[in-house]
Amino acid sequence: MEKSFAETTGRIFDIQRFSIHDGPGIRTIVFLKGCRLRCRWCCNPESQDYAIQEMIDKNGKITVTGRDVTAGEVMETVLRDSTYYRRSGGGLTLSGGEMLCQPDFAKALLMLGVDSDISTAVETTSFASFDTIEQLLPYIDHYLMDIKHINSEKHKAFTGQSNELILENAAKIAKRAAHMVVRVPVIPGFNDTPAEISAIAQFAAGLHNVHELHLLPYHRLGQDKYTMLGRTYTLPDILPPDKAQMETLVLEAQKSGLSVQIGG
Amino acid sequence: MAFKDYNCEKTGRITRLIEHLYVDMPHVEADRGVLITESYRETEGEPVIARRAKAFRHILENIPIVIRPEELIVGSSTVHPRSCQVFPEYSFEWLEAEFDTMEHREADPFCIDEDTKKKLHEAYQYWKGRTTSELATDYMAPEARLAMEHNFFTPGNYFYNGVGHVCVDYEKVLKIGYRGIIKEATEELAKCRVSDPDYARRHHFLNAVIMSCQAVIDYAHRYAALALKQAAECADSARKEELTRIAHNCENVPENGARSFYEACQSFWFVQQLMQMESSGHSISPGRFDQYMYPFFKKDLENGKITPDFAQELIDCIWVKLNDLNKIRDVASAKGFAGYSLFQNLIAGGQNTEGLDATNDLSFMCMQASLHTRLPAPSLSIRVWNGSPQQLLLKAAEVTRTGIGLPAYYNDEVIIPALLSRGLTMEDARDYCIIGCVEPQKAAKTDGWHDAAFFNMCRPLEMVFTNGVDDGVQVGPRTGDVSSFATFEDFCNAYRTQMNYFIGLMVNADNAIDVAHAERCPLPFESSMVDDCIARGKSVQEGGAIYNFTGPQGFGIANIADSMFAIRELVFKSHKYTLKDFKEALADNYGEGSTPSDEDVVKLTAIVAEKMKENGLTPTAADIETICRTIKAENPGGNSKYKALREDILSLPKYGNDVPEVDSLAREMAYTYTRPLQTFKNPRGGIFQAGLYPVSANVPLGAQTGATPDGRLAHKPVADGVSPSAGNDTHGPTAAANSVSKLDHYIASNGTLYNMKFHPSALSGRQGLNNFVALVRSYFDQKGSHMQFNVVSRETLLDAQKHPENYKSLVVRVAGYSALFTTLSRSLQDDIINRTEQGGF
Repeated sequence: MEKSFAETTGRIFDIQRFSIHDGPGIRTIVFLKGCRLRCRWCCNPESQDYAIQEMIDKNGKITVTGRDVTAGEVMETVLRDSTYYRRSGGGLTLSGGEMLCQPDFAKALLMLGVDSDISTAVETTSFASFDTIEQLLPYIDHYLMDIKHINSEKHKAFTGQSNELILENAAKIAKRAAHMVVRVPVIPGFNDTPAEISAIAQFAAGLHNVHELHLLPYHRLGQDKYTMLGRTYTLPDILPPDKAQMETLVLEAQKSGLSVQIGG
Repeated sequence: MAFKDYNCEKTGRITRLIEHLYVDMPHVEADRGVLITESYRETEGEPVIARRAKAFRHILENIPIVIRPEELIVGSSTVHPRSCQVFPEYSFEWLEAEFDTMEHREADPFCIDEDTKKKLHEAYQYWKGRTTSELATDYMAPEARLAMEHNFFTPGNYFYNGVGHVCVDYEKVLKIGYRGIIKEATEELAKCRVSDPDYARRHHFLNAVIMSCQAVIDYAHRYAALALKQAAECADSARKEELTRIAHNCENVPENGARSFYEACQSFWFVQQLMQMESSGHSISPGRFDQYMYPFFKKDLENGKITPDFAQELIDCIWVKLNDLNKIRDVASAKGFAGYSLFQNLIAGGQNTEGLDATNDLSFMCMQASLHTRLPAPSLSIRVWNGSPQQLLLKAAEVTRTGIGLPAYYNDEVIIPALLSRGLTMEDARDYCIIGCVEPQKAAKTDGWHDAAFFNMCRPLEMVFTNGVDDGVQVGPRTGDVSSFATFEDFCNAYRTQMNYFIGLMVNADNAIDVAHAERCPLPFESSMVDDCIARGKSVQEGGAIYNFTGPQGFGIANIADSMFAIRELVFKSHKYTLKDFKEALADNYGEGSTPSDEDVVKLTAIVAEKMKENGLTPTAADIETICRTIKAENPGGNSKYKALREDILSLPKYGNDVPEVDSLAREMAYTYTRPLQTFKNPRGGIFQAGLYPVSANVPLGAQTGATPDGRLAHKPVADGVSPSAGNDTHGPTAAANSVSKLDHYIASNGTLYNMKFHPSALSGRQGLNNFVALVRSYFDQKGSHMQFNVVSRETLLDAQKHPENYKSLVVRVAGYSALFTTLSRSLQDDIINRTEQGGF
């Protein structure tokens, strides 16, 4: 049985070791390729399309993004840092893209993580059928769920999808997850007013057993990659929120009773 | 819990003491140089150990003394702050040659006034033919001197200076004072019978110890008198009281045992200062300060005689004083040791002799003092083991986060067994401290000769390609035409042959210097505080210490590992290139051409002119000009075939990325240095042991190294310590640390040095500190020995914008996103710089 998990194939575009902002401790993030949302601020635009793509940098150098791998191969890299996980309480984090777009592969990776006794985490939009999510929950220690906006129309305008399924899933997941954290990318012009953040915080506080809210300030670090993919970055003029603004939003969100922090 | 972090505030005094320290450029002062010469002129023909003691006494009786404004701990070796005395008994010619350039040199400049130049010039007339460096040169084998001329290794440090690199018995001085040590020596003297075979040596040695200790007592009394005088003249009543207290302290210590923590601090300081007056050796390391000072702190605290705040201020004062000492080095060494550093290593935490954790209040106060002063000295270190309290490591991480590059972290779990394997007892091994950069020893019992030479592991590899010929001279063994090697093993064996040969020559050079120090500069004051000199009746330099080592360090592991991997892959596996291709490409600097330095052009021109004269031709000025031009134009570069070879090399996996095939080669190649070296013995009855660290010598010595098969271009820096080549570790800190931990750190018992760069966002918040500590502990779980961190500052990032080629592997991580800094566009780089300013999100 175990052998078949190791042989499960999937498509990733990166493995990042020594990640310290996505779940507890020192972690290795596996970025799965493909996502059903098209968030306009996405810092990993190469994650969105499932297809393997070429990226051309300003010097004309071509790199291929995306490769097909087995879960076993991925784990070989992930487990190289086992000592660090043991010392820090860290482990494997699945991110994307959206790991729920490759549920079999995600499940294989999570089960192999559990087998190796390392902590498992996912970063997800939860935009998938609850059945798909439910079968993964037993293998996830930390469920980091993005909630970007409470207003469905605005959500659709900026991410390409409405938010009903997401919010519905949030309630169900909260009841079953071992540990759930709600994360909000704070995007100027989209959701960075106190009222919008407050609405998300109120929603999160109403979820079963959810106590933590992370506000992730917008950054432009992925901007160059749009050009490299031959795409246009549609948020060229917005600036990252400054520290003072972030602190105001934290104070606002704290009114919900949640523990709120800046960054993951 | 047995310890407490008082987290005391910094006082205004400390700020002002630091300001005073940096008001002016460092000066060279003449007093010591003049005084030692006066004394030596008077003692001509006497036993050397007696001459040393008399000279030391003459210096301490006459050298100017000053108390700097607001000081609580007194004792300054120079009138100007941060200045230096000179030590002509070791060498002087380089200094005189640099009189007119030292003020404007790039690394560690010093002022020297005309009067000082004149006095020193006069003193130097005496020293011709009398220095340790001249005697050492006479003792060296000609082939060893040749290898030094060709830059295979440099024993420069002890060749031109005292040895230092010791941690003496501070504890003993604090407890019984020099009066107590004089008593011990007197008792030994009483045991001497005139008929004993070693009577002459023993008798003179013990008298020299007594004279030196008395000289130090008298020196402290000079300070007591000065403080009293200043107190009498002082209008400010608070300062008057301070000066009176200082006078009382100096009356009692270091003559007698310290009666209070304050006296212990003053006593400590005189030892630390005057060790650096007796000899120019650096790395005089305070060692386990938190351990030997603690009983005094505890007693005063329990009796209500001291507050933690005042104790902290005294410790801070010592930290400032450590930066008041300085040393001038020759221009080349100054580059290797850049930053005026004296490497006074002070270590906190770790196990006691019984193997229990020894962390105490002072361990935290040492960290706090570095947070307060943020100065380069002391080189603060921390001992880490499986039982180290997390709280201590978190405090250390806080210091790391400031970006001052301190503390360095050391692993008891590797160092203790490593020292056991070198013959230390379990108790002594557990009680180790660190000397200088990274070198472990048992304090008060060891003459470690820890920094005996820099050995450039890349140079013997060059000789494999040239069959032992360098610049037209046969300096190495003939290992055969490189094109003739049929297997990778043949190639490696040729490298081993070259290594063994040059390691032997380095041993020859070190031992020659060692003997020269014993004969010309035995040190009675140092020997009074190192066991078992008094009982054995001989100085440290003659083998009086219980443990004796010589520890020269190799560097360039990463270059050798990557070079060997490239050759194995491209020549013996894929057969894409031949060794001849490599040979030609290296000679051609991979088609990049080589621009010989002006110095090289002059040197080569001189050689050619000499050859012409040998053949009966007299070169004219026009000939010389032509030769110069030819040499300059000899290698224009541009061969694209070699550029392609280099591209192929650069695309191969490199050491520092957790790639098992490369890392295992690194381990093997480190053994080509560490294993042969430990078979050699030194004249003090000890053995050689390898270190793997370069201080900052990898830059200047790299400049003397041709292109290497890892794709490194000629004259570029060689890799630093056991760290991956700059820019080659692109898979993050855990992958790099995993690679480095694959080396055998136990056999490199003279220390290994691993430098890691960090962006402050990785250390932000409590979670950042915890993760940082986990990173250190994990590297240590995998049996790495040492780790230090450069937290990337805003300035670094600005420099990376200007010089991206130097920062190819600089990874910045912000909120779950990481990127190679230099690949980002300018505006995004600015974003990150702004985030760094804010302390990171």
